[in-house]
Amino acid sequence: MSTYAKPLPQVGPEMAPFFEAAKRHQLVVQRCRGCGTHRFPARDQCSGCLAREADWVPVSGRGTVFSFAVMHQVYHPGFASEVPYAVVVIALEEGARVVSNLVDCPVPEIRVGMPVEVVFDDVTPEVTLPKFRPRR
Amino acid sequence: MAQHPLRGATAISGLGITPQGKVYGRSPLGFAVDAVKLALDDAGLARTDLDGLLVNPGLAWNEMGMGSFHLQQALGLRDLRLSATMNVGGATAGAMIQHAAQAIAAGLCTTVACVFADAPLKPPKAEGERSSSAGAYAFPRGWEAAYGYFGVNAMYALVARRHMHVYGTTQDHLGMVAVAQRRWANLNPQAQLHDQPLTLADYHRSRWIVEPFHLLDCCLVSNGGLAVIVTGAERARSLRTPPVYVLGMGQGHLGGDPSDTLSSGAVLARGPAFAMAGVGLGDVDVVELYDCYTFTVVVTLEDYGFCAKGEGGPFVAEHVTGPDGRLKVNTGGGQLSSFYMWGMTPVSEAVIQLRGEGGRRQVAKHDVALVSGNGGVLSTHSTLILSTRTS
Repeated sequence: MSTYAKPLPQVGPEMAPFFEAAKRHQLVVQRCRGCGTHRFPARDQCSGCLAREADWVPVSGRGTVFSFAVMHQVYHPGFASEVPYAVVVIALEEGARVVSNLVDCPVPEIRVGMPVEVVFDDVTPEVTLPKFRPRR
Repeated sequence: MAQHPLRGATAISGLGITPQGKVYGRSPLGFAVDAVKLALDDAGLARTDLDGLLVNPGLAWNEMGMGSFHLQQALGLRDLRLSATMNVGGATAGAMIQHAAQAIAAGLCTTVACVFADAPLKPPKAEGERSSSAGAYAFPRGWEAAYGYFGVNAMYALVARRHMHVYGTTQDHLGMVAVAQRRWANLNPQAQLHDQPLTLADYHRSRWIVEPFHLLDCCLVSNGGLAVIVTGAERARSLRTPPVYVLGMGQGHLGGDPSDTLSSGAVLARGPAFAMAGVGLGDVDVVELYDCYTFTVVVTLEDYGFCAKGEGGPFVAEHVTGPDGRLKVNTGGGQLSSFYMWGMTPVSEAVIQLRGEGGRRQVAKHDVALVSGNGGVLSTHSTLILSTRTS
């Protein structure tokens, strides 16, 4: 039985492909069929060209830390033993930005602009979360 | 150049502020009723004088989507010619006054109450237990919670971190905003943190909420209500209170990612507002800026042009915004130190200062006030330029 105490992602149909790919250890984002822009999170249409058609496409998993916030307040008991932990925004090479966490990187070492690459955290037998680690 | 028809056409004539803060036992609707009654009393108007009602519901209104209708019924108002429930976050207060002014100037109605009320704080459950505001503004979202990403504090912190990275804004800079505003609050007996002096060292010692935000970077959360009465300039001159004329107005909603723009909508709103008012930045005596966070004040000072873009941090570090400074900013303590009624806090302080009712915190020269409202994460913006004079 899983003892994973943090909230699992509540995923609607829009975001389901992202977590299905993560389960296969693949990082995907939406790419607009109209203008080719990569976007994340999922949207019904492209805010650039308003095209509705988009594909979930694999991306390199490489990017840089665009910004980060260090959470000290416990909003969910599953994070009580982790504070302070960092929520990071990763700017992917392809252009989309992804909210995630870093692994193998203590909070004081996080810097904006730090190169990172995706890793896959199998948090339960059913759920995998894409996370990132420093790229050396 | 011809004068803009809205310039000075309307005025704020009534101000109603209920008790603010950890005030329990009143619903948001109840606070709204109290605030309107106080504002009418202030202006010397009766309920029957109102023919317009604009409402910005806070978080605790929940499913009351038709808030202005519910408030109309609660107040027993008949035959309104303008009614709307509005929400562009913290920019709503300024936007309500703008829409009221436009409708009055167009002859659609004569006297409009603009109202904010909320009651997100719950009474302590047990003896000694603190009431927490954390839950009310947590806004958990489906998949982001899996990464521990909760709350508007974190959303703003991510943008503030970018500002620090791009422009070199420091923790001390943010702290100086908190210190300056507390010094104003120490002169304002109505401020929730009136009796608590604050040094920069105290600021650094206050607990982290979401880095780069300490507790004292974040605004208060308050229960209460606040209303203003907007009416035509001519009627305003016949009322009990000195008219606070609406000289200029503007809005700016940038769209896109605030982490890229690192700007508020003031950059769009300021031009039309100052042009309408026929005044310049140097004519502004009192500056009341929306301050959900210390960071928001830094950005807004930049975006109105009080300093160059990116230099808001060093600007506030020069001690220019406190009671002894050359720029009088958030003179009641603002939402960081006085009370949090979304954009109604800066509106109300501007009215108090322009009327000369500021007591120990009264600014000596108080002819023109700049008021900003900001909603979302630098997402929406309203500008008002108010004055006791039209010439």
